[in-house]
Amino acid sequence: MPNRVLDQEACAPEGSPVLVTGLGPTVVRERGQHEVFCGLTSIVWLHRKMQDAFFLVVGSRTCAHLVQSAAGVMIFAEPRFGTAILDDRDLAGLADAHDELDRVVDQLLSRRPDIRVLFLVGSCPSEVIKLDLGRAAERLSAQYGPGQRVVHFSGSGIETTFTQGEDACLAAMVSQQVDRLSPGDPRGSDAAELVLVGSLADVVEDQFRSLLSDLGLKRISCLPGRRGAERLMVNDQTRFVCMAPYLAETAQRLEAAGCRRIPSRFPFGLQGTTDWFLSVGEAFGQPSDRVLHVIKPAQRRAQLALTAMRPMLEGKRVFFFPDSQLEIPLARFLAEEMGMKVVEVGVPYLHQAMMAEELRPLSAEWRIVEGQHLEQQLARCRAARPDLVVCGLGLANPLEAEGMSTKWSIELVFTPIQGFDQAGDLAELFTRGFARKARLARRIPIGVAA
Amino acid sequence: MKLTLWTYEGPPHIGAMRVASAMKDVHLVLHAPQGDTYADLLFTMIERNDHRPPVSYTTFGARDLGKDTAALFQNAIREAVEVYKPKALMVAASCTAELIQDDPAGLSSALNLPIRVIPLELPAYQRKENWGASETFYQMVRHCLMGTDQGLKRAHQNGPVCNILGFMGLGFRHRDDLKAIEELIRAMGIGINVVAPWQASPEDLQRLPLADFNIMLNPELSESTALYLKRQCGQPFTQSIPIGEQATDAFVREVAQLAGLDPDQALFRARQAQPCRAAWYAASVDATYLTGKRVFIFGDASHAVAAARVATQEMGFDVVGLGTYSREQARLVREMATELHLEPLITDDYLEVERAIAATSPELVLGTQMERHIAKRMGIACAVISAPVHVQDFPARYAPHMGYEGANQLFDAWVAPLMMGLEEHLLKMFKEDFEFHPQAVASHLGVQPVAPEVDTPSDEVRETPLAWSDEAQKELGRIPFFVRSKAKRNTERYAQAHGVSMIQRDTLYEAKAFYAQPR
Repeated sequence: MPNRVLDQEACAPEGSPVLVTGLGPTVVRERGQHEVFCGLTSIVWLHRKMQDAFFLVVGSRTCAHLVQSAAGVMIFAEPRFGTAILDDRDLAGLADAHDELDRVVDQLLSRRPDIRVLFLVGSCPSEVIKLDLGRAAERLSAQYGPGQRVVHFSGSGIETTFTQGEDACLAAMVSQQVDRLSPGDPRGSDAAELVLVGSLADVVEDQFRSLLSDLGLKRISCLPGRRGAERLMVNDQTRFVCMAPYLAETAQRLEAAGCRRIPSRFPFGLQGTTDWFLSVGEAFGQPSDRVLHVIKPAQRRAQLALTAMRPMLEGKRVFFFPDSQLEIPLARFLAEEMGMKVVEVGVPYLHQAMMAEELRPLSAEWRIVEGQHLEQQLARCRAARPDLVVCGLGLANPLEAEGMSTKWSIELVFTPIQGFDQAGDLAELFTRGFARKARLARRIPIGVAA
Repeated sequence: MKLTLWTYEGPPHIGAMRVASAMKDVHLVLHAPQGDTYADLLFTMIERNDHRPPVSYTTFGARDLGKDTAALFQNAIREAVEVYKPKALMVAASCTAELIQDDPAGLSSALNLPIRVIPLELPAYQRKENWGASETFYQMVRHCLMGTDQGLKRAHQNGPVCNILGFMGLGFRHRDDLKAIEELIRAMGIGINVVAPWQASPEDLQRLPLADFNIMLNPELSESTALYLKRQCGQPFTQSIPIGEQATDAFVREVAQLAGLDPDQALFRARQAQPCRAAWYAASVDATYLTGKRVFIFGDASHAVAAARVATQEMGFDVVGLGTYSREQARLVREMATELHLEPLITDDYLEVERAIAATSPELVLGTQMERHIAKRMGIACAVISAPVHVQDFPARYAPHMGYEGANQLFDAWVAPLMMGLEEHLLKMFKEDFEFHPQAVASHLGVQPVAPEVDTPSDEVRETPLAWSDEAQKELGRIPFFVRSKAKRNTERYAQAHGVSMIQRDTLYEAKAFYAQPR
């Protein structure tokens, strides 16, 4: 059973935070206003990664407005995402929503014959009215296939938080696009040895491929690949590793397809990336000294970049509002490698199994808050007066106006931050506000009459 | 179901948020699923507000749907009232909450709150943002006036007094337009009773009946309120939109009339307070190059119509396209289009707008942020005149579009993206020099336009591709980029119609002469 936000909250008694204490960090559950994006937002980076895919949200004007606002700048000629906006006729049953959808999809695909995969993305309204987009995807796939495929996933806010949209998308792709080869299959030599799960910037993907091939791994696949239509061949020898923590459902489906997950910390920072390579190496029977030998030059570069950044962050106190699920590994990076003190780490939901390797080394002093009660969290943040607040765009300027330094968390999702050669960039993202404030604090004397 | 790639307007609850964010001492509780809080960033990032909008969300999830979303909603109301202590509370449902039919009005009234509660009905599957803003403003005024004496007039007549209606959050230049209008009104010797919804509290709204008349600006957002106040309190309201010098003159005279003042004297005072340079600038010789510039205009109805008037009468441009995304106010645009012998473009499909821009080959696009992106891609100069807004539309400087100062700023804003007179002249003169290649454009347009020639679906089906002789091709390259695609299309259409298989240099000029004839 995938561990989703709301399933987890269901375990908590209404209204009272539950303390989960053990050897690891302290986890508090909260319920209230969540200041987070819904899963539809992940379309913004997924469509850039898969250049042959179109994301069609079936939803309301709010959905269209959200994706457009999250994309920030409206720079795309004709974007590869759009919304089939439901109207009164669809809701009143005056129009058969499925006929309407067929019409919209036809309009879209005849306009964009270059599209190989069309994602039908479920939204809050489509789910509340129980519009069966899975069935629609099957029907449309039969109609437009094999050249153009239609895949359904949900990005609704009632089911998914922000990056969980990617999880839902990749999970759907696993169900549709993974060929599971039986042990004796002659194509066995084409099956992936290792699958990197989670969308990576192309440049980051290349760096990982290059280091992994130096380790002797030859058949490396990525999910998602650069083309959404790519098929993935796996067999019972296939291992996969997650590049981000929000991929629980995808991981579960890959396991159901016979692949085995390599548990590891996430590749953020020098330590995180080193651990990641050691875990992958170990899974493929590589001795750790060989792994360390291969990654040594990259480690040295990361070390150099981080050493330059550390003085600006060391000793400073950081507070994370929940956003992308990257909060725990990023806080770990800032504490372990940059010497920062972590006041509170908010996460939209906590998936213990996916996060196990990250949580294990954390002490009981760590305060992790799962879910959100915005007002209470803001009150704690104000009381703690951290040096740096990592939060969403809705909160950043108001907190700056209250005299706090902030880092927009969405940038951490859109920027390549994984791996050795991005470790410096990752640290730099957190120093940016301080660097800017230092510049603005400079005073060149102004000559005035005495 | 309608396929939408970009939207000009958000859903109606965004309109309600715009009213709430403009006002003081009010709070909006929105019954909405997780994710709808994205709307906060419109106010904190785009408008750069230093505080969150006064809005609380229930953020219900799938598991709540099986349980008690109504209780969740009531809790959110209780907490919001406790934390923010508003003097009036608005309650509404976003699109998803509308489907689960929790009845925000009934649930909130059941709480017996000690403050005024304004339930909003915002049909998300029928209406859009501007309608939502207009409806919310109207409902706020209506509810705040309930139980008050609406025939109330001031005890002491101390000269005429007005209200200013229609400025709110996320509005295009609202902050600065309001300041410009207030300056004019005060200069005319008229008192300002209440400005609403901008920074008005619920108590301020209760004082609305004390004014002699209303100044109704941004009719998309405030006309229904002005009509209501006319009905309820007998307050007349202004119709003219003071964008451009001549419209501002008309506005000043209209206001003077409603205030019972001498229009000539009012005009003199208003112009003294806000000197207008635009007319002289337009008359100066350098502006000669503005004559007949082809301009395409698209925006909300009131801004588009105002821009068309200014472009035609005050700048001497040729308006080659005029349209709006606001169907509710489309009548105004239709009337202006008829005046200018144009077919109005009433659509909220931005691809249609893009095609219309490509087909009319304008030299300047006056539009919204959407048209700015279209124009940028096509390498056409552009100025933004209307919402939807982007962070650039909230400049640090004082930048009104209304009033005489607004007229000055329009002149600057529309001329700056065009080539300066001398620069254009020189570019033509030295076109053949080696520094200039045929695709050279004005330096300030920065990067080379991606594709000035946008392929537009033509009504004629092209059977065979038309051949161009080298000479004709070269001649085509000499034609300024902004009319090149049109010249190419016209020449090919002419060649086809006249059975010319190879286009020669002369064919270009034959076609030019042919299409120049009045038809």
